[in-house]
Amino acid sequence: MNAPLALEGESGTWRLALTGDWSLVAMPSVEAQLNRLPDLLHGTLVCDWQAAKTPGIAPAWALLKRLAEIGADSLEVRHEGNPPHFLDLLLKLNADRHAAHQARKNSPTLEAEVGKLGYWAVVQVAHARGVVDFFGRIVSVIGQAARRPRAWRVSSLARHIYETGITAIPIVSLIAFLISVIVAYLGAQQLNRFGADIFVVDLVTISVLREMGVLLTSIIVAGRSGSAFAAEIGVMRLNEETDALRAMGMNPIEVLVVPRVLALVIALPLLTVIADAMGLAGGGLLSLLNLHIPLPQFTARMRESLSPTTFWSGLIKAPVFAIIIAMVGTYRGMQVRDSARELGRLTTVAVVQSIFFVILADAVFAILFVQIDF
Amino acid sequence: MPDSNAKPVIRVRGLRNVFGTQVVHDGLDMDVFDNEIFGVVGGSGAGKSVLLHSILGLRAPDAGSIELYGKDVQTLAASDRSALVQSYGVTFQNGALISSLNVAQNIQLPLREHYSLSEKTLDELAEMNLLMVGLLPDDGDKYPSQLSGGMVKRAALARALALEPKLLFLDEPTAGLDPISAAAFDELLLYLHTQLRLTVVMITHDLDTLFRTCTRIGVIVDKHMISDSLEGIVNNAHPWIREYFHGPRARAAEKDAHG
Repeated sequence: MNAPLALEGESGTWRLALTGDWSLVAMPSVEAQLNRLPDLLHGTLVCDWQAAKTPGIAPAWALLKRLAEIGADSLEVRHEGNPPHFLDLLLKLNADRHAAHQARKNSPTLEAEVGKLGYWAVVQVAHARGVVDFFGRIVSVIGQAARRPRAWRVSSLARHIYETGITAIPIVSLIAFLISVIVAYLGAQQLNRFGADIFVVDLVTISVLREMGVLLTSIIVAGRSGSAFAAEIGVMRLNEETDALRAMGMNPIEVLVVPRVLALVIALPLLTVIADAMGLAGGGLLSLLNLHIPLPQFTARMRESLSPTTFWSGLIKAPVFAIIIAMVGTYRGMQVRDSARELGRLTTVAVVQSIFFVILADAVFAILFVQIDF
Repeated sequence: MPDSNAKPVIRVRGLRNVFGTQVVHDGLDMDVFDNEIFGVVGGSGAGKSVLLHSILGLRAPDAGSIELYGKDVQTLAASDRSALVQSYGVTFQNGALISSLNVAQNIQLPLREHYSLSEKTLDELAEMNLLMVGLLPDDGDKYPSQLSGGMVKRAALARALALEPKLLFLDEPTAGLDPISAAAFDELLLYLHTQLRLTVVMITHDLDTLFRTCTRIGVIVDKHMISDSLEGIVNNAHPWIREYFHGPRARAAEKDAHG
């Protein structure tokens, strides 16, 4: 056993010989040995560093702390045998530590726990107010912009329509097409048992136009653009860019938030129309290949199954979903402060919440449309 | 001046770094000797940070050799590399504290990675490193976003010192600090330099820091490095160096340092 220390002597004159490896690597064994020292010593103690190899700062610190612990005020410690050069620094730090610890006090109490609950409640209320406030600001900016044409930031609006709309066309088309093919294929399996193949057309047409076109598009856009909004604005917050805008007399809501909201309100309905078209194309293709329904028959059946409101009942939801996605994204972005961790957390929150609220709103629409027979 | 027989801690020869068509370093030589505070100076875009990244192995140079303690950093095996990394500490310009960890956890991060220590020991060592750089033990519970600029620099230094390095790289350690905090940081650096016998390589634009702390200075001009003692550099005839050390700001700093 390569013992890093040995205590010799009796009644008042002690000698602590340090041997073997005293580097940071040996820290666990040093610590174990230190804990084996008697709990209380009086008199004088000489630390002999002569045989300690490559003494490290951490083990020396542990030694000093332990000696201070067992010596209390009644042990005089001297260091001999070429002690490491940093020992003076550590002795001074140890003294500092004592001073700091006396000033320090911490005790978790019942009061503090109740306080936490109250704090949480206050934060939630402030949070709810924040959302209302944010919505109000957007509406007020749009209201003012009616009178001030410069507030319509056309170039910014165009950029966001391009980024949230045009660049999303391929993925939205692909997903709408594929989902519609899947629905038609699975629907055909069931309807075929009743010899009602032709109703696949009704299934595809109504489900795509009423629900899936707009809902799928919204979820894709929430994932693509909702997160982008939160991240872009969040980084600008971290960079103090929003403060800079404010200091130059510009309103960040007007410059950053409103163009994104308006862009999405314009882009999402257009994407929905594309998704509807691609969905119907997917249904048509599958019907042709799998059910051998020729295209003229498909379109004829499609017209029969459509009521005048089918298309509009899907499309009318798009601007509402767009407002939800854009507002949640930009709001979470504006909430970012202090750290990269907040940015990541709030971007995630933005996507999850916008998808949740889109589906919630969709449920409300479903009930509403049934009630008013739309 | 270090004596000419001493073996340098850092030895850079013929370093060449190119970004696209822009040559940043071409045939740059640099020697840093044991126990000196070596200041690296250069205009914006002269490649001070690129030099640091090359030495740290964060960027592979386009040509040239870099030796730390006589070992070529580019041809090092992975296991030796880990040992080499543990032999130096680095602070980055903006602290580069991990923002999801509090200060104590930041300090413990390299210790946890390289050693298996008990939680109690880790807490004690974090406390020691905080005290060492002049922070309070309570500051360990704070997150980087809650710290002032001076505290961030100190916390970054505490993390750099956690593995007990002999060699310390500091990138702009006093940039963005008020003169009082910057002066306090200079004193801290000098104190730790003597107490811990550190070799320090410091990139800085702060003339006060240069005059107060550095034993030798390397200036990156014309893609090379001219290094000399503080006095030698100040009296160098190169126009850029003259401008740097004899401009209106430099005169005031020099007067302070000597006055």
